[in-house]
Amino acid sequence: MAKKKASRQKKMNTRVDFTPMVDMMMLLITFFMLCTSLAKPQTMNLTMPSNDENISEKDRNAAKASQTVTIFVCGDNKIYHVDGIPKYDDPNCLKETTWGKDGIREVLIKHVTEDGSTPVADIMAAKIKLDQKKLANPAAYPDSVYDAALTKIKKGELESGKVPTMTIIIKCTDNATYKNMVDALDEMTICSIGTYVIDKINPQDAELLAKRGIK
Amino acid sequence: MGKVKVKKADVWIDMTPMSDVMVLLLTFFMLTSTFVKNEAVKVVTPGSVSEIKVPETNVLTILCDKEGRIFVGMDNPRKMGDLVSGMASTYSVSLTKKDMETAQGAASIGVAMDNLAAALAQGEKLNEFQADKGIPTDSVNGKMSQFQDWVQTARDNNGKDMKIAIKADEGTPYKVIKKMMSELQDMNENRYYLITSLKSSEE
Repeated sequence: MAKKKASRQKKMNTRVDFTPMVDMMMLLITFFMLCTSLAKPQTMNLTMPSNDENISEKDRNAAKASQTVTIFVCGDNKIYHVDGIPKYDDPNCLKETTWGKDGIREVLIKHVTEDGSTPVADIMAAKIKLDQKKLANPAAYPDSVYDAALTKIKKGELESGKVPTMTIIIKCTDNATYKNMVDALDEMTICSIGTYVIDKINPQDAELLAKRGIK
Repeated sequence: MGKVKVKKADVWIDMTPMSDVMVLLLTFFMLTSTFVKNEAVKVVTPGSVSEIKVPETNVLTILCDKEGRIFVGMDNPRKMGDLVSGMASTYSVSLTKKDMETAQGAASIGVAMDNLAAALAQGEKLNEFQADKGIPTDSVNGKMSQFQDWVQTARDNNGKDMKIAIKADEGTPYKVIKKMMSELQDMNENRYYLITSLKSSEE
């Protein structure tokens, strides 16, 4: 009996204390949370026209007057727009608007061309339709197909036929901020406008702005 | 009198599930995050609706703060080192080995070339030293400006696949941006990524 008891294996405690491990994990997590940035910042693609004078002159004349809107981005967060080609002898062609949904975006959406169409509204509607189609059937719209369709829409080739597209010229004064410029570019993205250009203020523009006392 | 026997409670808490969760969280953070770079100046980027991400590699970041000071940086330390040594040899600035190490560790550099050696000699304090400097953008005698030289050196080092990202503060005057972009356009760099933060289109 005594012999049997001696040979009995001692039951080992198999529980391992995990507390130090948890401590270490906590430390590591804290370190990673503080020293890293989780979200990658967004970017916006911007292609500027070449500084080559000949090219830009030709492109500038390509658009029809009624399909053109010139946006003047000015200091103190002010924004003005001219429908069509600016009339340099008439300072009243400059119309003041505001940033955001009820301001410049509405101006662009409601812009009517000479043949009575509203190209921005048409194109935005087409884009929403495309987005819905993509949402309903994501498999049928991989990025390549979606981008191709979007480019087509931006060119004015809708299902219902070809519509004219808008050309937006953005001119920023020296007093505008970078934020204003990005906001203006943002409106182009929101309104699905394919052709827009950031142009320099020329002496005539400067004179026009000075007549209205705009910085 | 019978003594009331207090039952001794087991105070051992099983930490295994907790450590499981911790490991999961840790793995998540390690895989999804990128390290914050210690940039020379603090820049608040404007919001935009664009959802395009910054390219991961081969990016030249041009940093521009509120006062219009310009800094440049590459995404990886080796390329940053190459860029600085390239610029140093163009402007015949001699740098010690220690200076090069500082250059490689820097997220962005923005000093005039005659100040480069002095700035890099600061070691850890480089960012404090250069915070009020910036790269000059004015060209002397019709030659390329120092800023253009930085971009050109980066372009020569990294080939045509290198992308240019512009990270400017939302309060930066357009005048500065215009000057910078027009210098880039002069050297036929017409495509940029503007770094922004996300906002919704309703704002």
